[in-house]
Amino acid sequence: MALNTQPNLFEPGKRYFRAFSPGDDFYEALIETHRELSDEQSEMVNARLILLLANHIGDISVLREAMSIARAGVASKD
Amino acid sequence: MLSTYQYPKFDYVRPPELDEGRDGHYPVVIVGAGPVGLCTAIDLARQGRQVLLLDNDDTVSIGSRGVCYAKRTLEVLDRLGCGEEMVQKGVSWNVGRTFFREDEVFNFNLCPEPDHHRPGMINLQQYYLEDYLVQRARKLPNLEMRFRNSVIAVTPGEDQASLRVETPDGTYTLTTDWLVVADGARSPIRTMLGLDIDGKIFMDRFLIADVVMKADFPTERWFWFDPPFHPNQSVLLHRQADNVFRIDFQLGWQADPEHEKKPENVIPRIQAMIGDDREFELEWVSVYTFQCRRMNRFNHGRVLFVGDSAHQVSPFGARGANSGIQDADNLVWKLALVMDGKAPATLLDTYGDERGFAADENIMNSTRSTDFITPKSRTSKTFRNAVLGLAEHHAFARALVNSGRLSVPSFLVGSRLNTADDAVFAGNMVPGAPMDDAPIATADGESWLLQVLGDRFQVLHYVADAADLDAASVAALQSLAEGAIPVEPIVVAARGQAPAGLRTLTDAKGRIRERYDLQPGTTYLVRPDQHVTARWRALDPARVRAAVARATCNA
Repeated sequence: MALNTQPNLFEPGKRYFRAFSPGDDFYEALIETHRELSDEQSEMVNARLILLLANHIGDISVLREAMSIARAGVASKD
Repeated sequence: MLSTYQYPKFDYVRPPELDEGRDGHYPVVIVGAGPVGLCTAIDLARQGRQVLLLDNDDTVSIGSRGVCYAKRTLEVLDRLGCGEEMVQKGVSWNVGRTFFREDEVFNFNLCPEPDHHRPGMINLQQYYLEDYLVQRARKLPNLEMRFRNSVIAVTPGEDQASLRVETPDGTYTLTTDWLVVADGARSPIRTMLGLDIDGKIFMDRFLIADVVMKADFPTERWFWFDPPFHPNQSVLLHRQADNVFRIDFQLGWQADPEHEKKPENVIPRIQAMIGDDREFELEWVSVYTFQCRRMNRFNHGRVLFVGDSAHQVSPFGARGANSGIQDADNLVWKLALVMDGKAPATLLDTYGDERGFAADENIMNSTRSTDFITPKSRTSKTFRNAVLGLAEHHAFARALVNSGRLSVPSFLVGSRLNTADDAVFAGNMVPGAPMDDAPIATADGESWLLQVLGDRFQVLHYVADAADLDAASVAALQSLAEGAIPVEPIVVAARGQAPAGLRTLTDAKGRIRERYDLQPGTTYLVRPDQHVTARWRALDPARVRAAVARATCNA
């Protein structure tokens, strides 16, 4: 399976009338997860979140593709 | 500064109460002649009510202020009889582009479907909108406008409200059965009544400049995150009528408004943005902050709050004036039924419920936009910039870019006025939906569905060929027009003219059938504000009448 980079967010049982709503629901929850945390605490939350999601995805080839895209353009030597 | 617009000065007329030595009484008084108060007054007066509109000023909005008027607002203005002049004068647009630093990362189209009458949005300076609304109001003999009449005290009662009004010639008292409060975000009447409005202030300041220039910027909304000409902040550009451009610079909380407003400080920011030495002139400059907040209840007995007096949002998304005009759209038909004794006052509670739901949705969307545009923490900013960085190449990230979710009407799916579906329908035209437009043909020529709907309950009954409508259906449809709350029967058909002179709309391009998932026999009951309230796969007058009763709190 290849990494899905098309919009893919939804919540079971919830009906959306606007295309932007599911992504905005997720993004708000993501930012809310970090509310009132220090920068160090946020880094730890992010690391834990990645580990949890990686295990859920399972397919390491998909994870390698995501890791490659995530890194590209961030470090100057890439 | 230059002026492309000549502000009108409305005449003050000495109110008769000052000479007659007695209190005036009016069935409905509206306070505030801004966009929302004017729309409320026009809508009630069109429907035959005697309306008094009071305003403490004698001209229109100073400065362009509200600029973006959404498709739904234009549809409401069409119903009020003044949409066309707004669209003619305004600048229509559908496309918004978002830039991160130097690159475009995302664009959206507000109206991606063909065959809608009105564009996703027009840009029009608020003074034009108000000017045209005042002109429309003047054509209604039963609508009286009193300028420089300032409400200084309100006494709400069980059956009416009493107002003390100050004029240049002295003060007078009037009473009214219904008081509609449209006196803006600072709402003096809300304060006089000691009513709370809760929410939060955002710690940021924005500079808005209206600039007159000849520029070949396309008619699109352009939004920059962290552009080279204004690093670490956002900038928004809109084209308005008369070659006036609205430019909105994020300044940060520490900025000094008085310093930033000086032309010698504004001009270099604009020069940096347009990037060449073309000539321009400043027309209006302002620095604003904003809050997102709403009243817990919009209706308090005989006193009804509409627009900014009831709820405020951040400007990202143009959800202020647009939602206020939808308040008027929602309130007026309900108030008219209650005034006529055809519905109980509890119908006005559903105004508060439905528009409160919409206010929550508007506050949620504009708060989300604000949090994306002005991240509150380092982590939030990192996520924001990660989204913007991925957006250029990855579709999922483009969907997360939030430079403002522009005003669209709420789907009132939770409203107690709706009758639940008992059959399966495809598409979005569920009970509570704001109706989709579509092209139609009628005996009078080509038109649009939303041009013929509104102002009363209507039933849309679909058959393939209207001429084939059987006698029983004709009789059933005709029977709906009788009763305390008449329902206008309308036949929608692919072709043909219905018998017995029944109004027939030809679904010229098949868009009504497509958008409303019509099959022969499908029947929609729609509200006076162009919302679906019930639908069935077959016509049954008893069920239509039950749904009308439910939609008017008469069940």
